[in-house]
Amino acid sequence: MRIVIIDDSGLRATVLEEGLRDAGYDDIHIVPPRGAFVARLERMAPDVVLMDLGSPSRDTLEEMLMVSRALARPIAMFVDQSDDAMIGAAIDAGVSAYVVDGLRKERVKPVLELAVRRFNAFAKMQTELDEARTALSERKIIDRAKSILMNQRSLSEQDAYALLRSSAMNQGKKIVDVAQALITASDLLGGGL
Amino acid sequence: MTTSLRIAFLPLTDAAVLAVAREQGFAEEEGLSLDLIRSTSWATLRDRLVYGQVHAAQMLAPLAVAVTLGLSQQPAALSAPYKLGVNGNMLVMASDFAAALDPDSGRRLSDPLGTAHDFAAAIGLWRRKPVIGVVHRFSSHSLMLRYWLASAGIDPDRDVVLRVLPPSLTVEAMRAGEIDGFIAGEPWGSAAVEAGLAETVAIGERIWQRGVEKVLAFRTPWLEENPDIVDRLLRALIRGAAWCDDPANHEALAQLLSDPRYVDQPADLIARALTGQIIVRQGEAPVASPDFLLFSREATPFPWRSQALWIYSQFVRWNMVEHGPEALAKASAVFRPDIFRRALADADVPMPGASMKVEGALGLPLAVGSRKGGLTLGPDRFFDGRVFDPERMDDYLANFVSRL
Repeated sequence: MRIVIIDDSGLRATVLEEGLRDAGYDDIHIVPPRGAFVARLERMAPDVVLMDLGSPSRDTLEEMLMVSRALARPIAMFVDQSDDAMIGAAIDAGVSAYVVDGLRKERVKPVLELAVRRFNAFAKMQTELDEARTALSERKIIDRAKSILMNQRSLSEQDAYALLRSSAMNQGKKIVDVAQALITASDLLGGGL
Repeated sequence: MTTSLRIAFLPLTDAAVLAVAREQGFAEEEGLSLDLIRSTSWATLRDRLVYGQVHAAQMLAPLAVAVTLGLSQQPAALSAPYKLGVNGNMLVMASDFAAALDPDSGRRLSDPLGTAHDFAAAIGLWRRKPVIGVVHRFSSHSLMLRYWLASAGIDPDRDVVLRVLPPSLTVEAMRAGEIDGFIAGEPWGSAAVEAGLAETVAIGERIWQRGVEKVLAFRTPWLEENPDIVDRLLRALIRGAAWCDDPANHEALAQLLSDPRYVDQPADLIARALTGQIIVRQGEAPVASPDFLLFSREATPFPWRSQALWIYSQFVRWNMVEHGPEALAKASAVFRPDIFRRALADADVPMPGASMKVEGALGLPLAVGSRKGGLTLGPDRFFDGRVFDPERMDDYLANFVSRL
């Protein structure tokens, strides 16, 4: 079964490809949806095409699947109407699958399930990465506010943090917001730290 | 209690009524909380609607008909009780190509027949078949472009290459030289003009003076099961539409739509379609096109069944569907004037007495029978003077000799 992954996020495509290979599929190709991707796809004659549901290039792909004379068998979107949970999971995960006419449902379903799991894993990874980035920048802001307090009010690092924390609690704000306000004020007053 | 509704849309100026119903509180006053889901392709918007991930969607009218006829992936019965706008499309071509057309901007737009013939000549001068981007096979844009090209003897399936791509990718595709021009909803044509990549060649308003465009589409079973919610939504939208049409609000509307949650393009580009000030070439003075995009006046939101049938007639003309009484009836039933009437029975809007009309027959504004309030229909002629009588479908189709 030849599987083509159309994706312009290199990482997500790799995550999906690895999963498919681990599951024993070995005829896998990744095509970014740019330039003449439609012509490349036609030459590959895939059995299954997997694509990010959010990709703006889906209209282009569907048109090609509709009019292509190069493809020996027509390809249509794969949806198992008897399986609402699967439809929901695929849409939530952002997976769309196109499958050649005649390919049995039982053969396609594991591929789609795997794609859903991998897309979800990728989304989770992405979220974690974003969270880690945010956490890092928040820590930097708090560190800077602490050092302003330590300098200006001759506090220990621990006391500086305690002060930020109690101010935040009193104002019903997040520590990082209080820290950011302090930095801004300090900058305005020429604190220069 | 507030009802939450999920509605999918694409970043386009004619998503305005949905955005305004939410942002100006019209939905809230009807007890609705609108969750507007931005989508980047018509395929994804369609899937979200068909598979029940959203309750409704801003849909290309022809796509709603196509899905119902089973022509676009999973078949599903859709219903469109409300039109989100009339007109609003623009064909732009690379400046090199447009050099062969009438250099006078006003004349170029006001004489679509002349421009179509110039276009045919320009194809001969071009180094290859021009590649024209269309947003979808089943779009008003594609049907209008085909209609317009064919009027000058250009076969849209043979003499040009139509390439499908979503509106938000059109400008980049122009820049990369992947297409020589495109027809899309605003502000994408204006964005290409502003970037110096293209010139305006034709506008929808001059091809069909009152061209059917986007509709609000529901899955038919859901629409039937939730009459109260549907009615409340339509009442919120009709107030949003009146707000959008009011010139006093155009600047605020352009600002609102420029937000990254909606169209995410500069407000001054968006304002061009709203105010009907269309710039043909970068740096030129605008050409006034007061009917460029309509939301409310002349009962714009009313889903005339004859317009669903016109769409069907073009599907038949271009061999997109096999003509038969069953398909015709299905297509006609996609537009739901009955729901529109029910929802807005007590609202302060003029209500057409009929559900069908002869399309393309009005050269001048005409006061027509209305159940309530004064209703004046605007001129609705096709540029070639053809008239579509929905009762005489076969005569109309026979009219297009060998498709062209």
